[in-house]
Amino acid sequence: MIPAPYRVRSRRPDRADTVTLTLEPVEGTCPPFLPGQFTMLYAPGVGEIPISISGRARSGGYVQTIRAVGAVSRALCRMRRGDIVGVRGPFGTSWDLAAAHGLDVVVAAGGLGLAPLRPVIRELEAHGVRYGRISLIAGTRTPATLMYPRELARWGRDFDVQVTVDHPDRAWKGPTGLITKLVGRIVFEPRRTYAFVCGPEVMMRATAEELLRRGVPAERIALSLERNMKCGIGRCGHCQLGPLFTCLDGPVLTYDRVSALMEVKQL
Amino acid sequence: MSRLAVWKFASCDGCQLTLLDCEDELLSVAAQVDIAYFLEASSDRGAGPYDLSLVEGSITTPDDLERIKHVRRVSKHLVTIGACATAGGVQALRDLADVREFAAVVYARPDYIRTLDRSTPVSAHVPVDFELRGCPIDRGQLLEIIGAFLAGRRPVVPAHSVCVECKARGNPCVLAAHGTPCLGPVTQAGCGALCPAFNRGCFGCFGPMESPNAAALNARLRAAGMDDDELGRVYRTFNVTTFGSSSDA
Amino acid sequence: MEQAVLTSLDPLIGALREHGYAVVGPTVRDGVIRFCELGSAADLPAGWTDEQAPGAYRLREGGEPVFGFAASPDSVKRFTHPPRSTLFRMRDGVPEAVPVEAPKVALLGVRACDLAGLAVQDRVFLGGRYPDEAYRARRAALFLIAVNCAVPGGTCFCASMNTGPRATSGFDLALTELTGPHRFLAESGSERGATLLEALPSRPATDADRQAARQVSETAEQRMGRHVELDGVKERLTERRESPVWNEIASRCLTCANCTMVCPTCFCATIEDGTDLADGSASRAERWDSCFTLEFTELGGAPVRSSGAARYRQWLTHKFSTWVDQFGTYGCVGCGRCITWCPTGIDITEELERLR
Ligand code: SF4
Ligand code: SF4
Ligand code: SF4
Ligand code: SF4
Repeated sequence: MIPAPYRVRSRRPDRADTVTLTLEPVEGTCPPFLPGQFTMLYAPGVGEIPISISGRARSGGYVQTIRAVGAVSRALCRMRRGDIVGVRGPFGTSWDLAAAHGLDVVVAAGGLGLAPLRPVIRELEAHGVRYGRISLIAGTRTPATLMYPRELARWGRDFDVQVTVDHPDRAWKGPTGLITKLVGRIVFEPRRTYAFVCGPEVMMRATAEELLRRGVPAERIALSLERNMKCGIGRCGHCQLGPLFTCLDGPVLTYDRVSALMEVKQL
Repeated sequence: MSRLAVWKFASCDGCQLTLLDCEDELLSVAAQVDIAYFLEASSDRGAGPYDLSLVEGSITTPDDLERIKHVRRVSKHLVTIGACATAGGVQALRDLADVREFAAVVYARPDYIRTLDRSTPVSAHVPVDFELRGCPIDRGQLLEIIGAFLAGRRPVVPAHSVCVECKARGNPCVLAAHGTPCLGPVTQAGCGALCPAFNRGCFGCFGPMESPNAAALNARLRAAGMDDDELGRVYRTFNVTTFGSSSDA
Repeated sequence: MEQAVLTSLDPLIGALREHGYAVVGPTVRDGVIRFCELGSAADLPAGWTDEQAPGAYRLREGGEPVFGFAASPDSVKRFTHPPRSTLFRMRDGVPEAVPVEAPKVALLGVRACDLAGLAVQDRVFLGGRYPDEAYRARRAALFLIAVNCAVPGGTCFCASMNTGPRATSGFDLALTELTGPHRFLAESGSERGATLLEALPSRPATDADRQAARQVSETAEQRMGRHVELDGVKERLTERRESPVWNEIASRCLTCANCTMVCPTCFCATIEDGTDLADGSASRAERWDSCFTLEFTELGGAPVRSSGAARYRQWLTHKFSTWVDQFGTYGCVGCGRCITWCPTGIDITEELERLR
């Protein structure tokens, strides 16, 4: 439960209230991580929260995107180059990219959900030949809250990227409304498709149900769940969802294992 | 350095005394914050603005109403301390009666008394950043508020029942073991389960916990021999406005 | 396994002390029989018994036995997984471990259900990918002397859970109190237990002693206050997630968390941040938490399990269903504490029956 001290190597403010930090251990190197895993980030004196790993920087450090919503995330977002952050992990399950080999791929992200999916997209970008058609659909509150806009533009050259917003501004010419609408606008062969879905729970359920309805098997729809988490190692008990510990059995789980659980209110 | 102010409204000063009672820690606090306004401790009247204002007492007079608005204006963070400031205090018993009648009984010249009909918590008038409950407040929690404020973190002031603290402390439950009426299950933690540690039931000083089920507790207290009058009294001691109707549940 | 008959427990207490153990056992204090440090065998609650019922515990005078009572208000959890422990301190960006406090304690008078509770805790804290070394240290510092139950409480159901009333493993020594004449049949369950037993003044156990001890456990088993039908319970609870019964229970439940606090297997914790005002250092501490609190599931400013029904469902379903998925055992050992110490007397055995 004791974190290792890491140093903030760089800090990049993203949109509105999100910041991307690159973290390097004060001593040694970052342990390996798998796409979809998370670390417990400790803002000294303030508290600790789970944050997914969005990639590895060229320097070897973890790239992690944080949205300022509570005291701890605000403190992390305020960190400057050279500041100390405590890191435990990486923890949890990962996106099973090998399972998607040879299949069409749908990446669906709602809001900050793009952050845990970034390493998936990077892999799709690097090894596109291993997969079938690749589509990326993303939903966001307003055009201004869209994450990684520059990278999205770049990814758009390699795959079909579509974005929808809840509240358009004047300049917005793209689709508006729920992300499920975008599912009908991309091309994939449902029975031969693997989907990576991440975002708020209602968005993930709606997207998974839509994919399921179109014939994507539940065991090929992967979600990343979020629950209150204090320890990240299955000890605090807070993250339980029925029989699952979100920190150990998740955060990445396939829909066949969680759909019945997600249906129950307040489980 | 952060500037701290302590303000008093209608109250007994007990909560401010809790701060003075922190002696040793107060020196550490003083090293990290500038205690710019604190009449109880010094006559030095520092001018605002303040980073953190601790407000004791309830709002009972027209002057109070104006003053609390001023306090809010000059304070970046406003934390109310104690049952008076957070729930109207014992003096909110007036809410259940006619305050003019009280005044006529107590004062020789009741016409000199300028007072409001109700004793209200600060939050009824201005936005409050945090409410620290208790009658009086717990010194550990007060220091926690200041420490958390300085560290920029959420204070560790859980809203669960007193029972959680009672069990952590190792008290055998007075309700189950002796049938002693105890408000612990519906009262917010914070005192460290002081009364049950001395074999007495909880009086509810810290006000209702996060999800109080007074009806369920009342059924148990009635079974333990309490009648409706007694039930009414136990809930109305310190937190009238917040616990007020619990006895009817 | 060594067996011997002891006529006094003082030599045992003395020997444990010589080995550096603080001897902790049941004694009458605060109107209950609770575990405290013992000076001598005279501190044991000879002549006292307890009456336990849903939401009620009463101390009563009762006959000759020294151990004629049931589960204590507090469980062994306090020693292995204390209510609060500091994890580390951080000064100037450098985390410093805080040494684990693991005092040598001999627990005299733990029951079969307590041992079963420890076995469950061992799986929770040590059985996974991230073993809890502090738990391991505290656990290793315990010397366990079990006493087989002769008088189960009104809320006990260890027989249903197959965890008692007879202690079969997990102890260093186990005692069965026998009368006519008053004596204890002692048996060892570990090497260090056997060594200790050999050094105590005793006489060899006879078949009559063994027969009498068996009789004690058989009688106890027939006098269980409560019963649970385990057949199909695991599946049933997950099928009953949307049952209206949860709401009805919630109308009686105070969400006070007493049940989870007294339960010997509940392991949940939260982590609290602290600030040392004197030197500005930060610390983090682990503290008992409960699925009955709202902060437990807080996510983005709101609790997931906001209703009392959802919180009660988590507790009961965890104990008898999802615990099995997670750890391969039930999360309940049948000690009855959550029934006795529930202020409104909610009885899990009854609720399980209503959820059939
Ligand atoms: S004594 Fe009161 S506060 Fe303590 S556990 Fe019992 S009911 Fe709760
Ligand atoms: S659930 Fe109740 S009866 Fe079962 S072990 Fe826990 S406290 Fe004892
Ligand atoms: S019943 Fe609740 S407190 Fe107990 S282990 Fe399960 S989740 Fe944790
Ligand atoms: S079941 Fe009983 S002890 Fe548990 S939270 Fe509800 S009222 Fe409290």
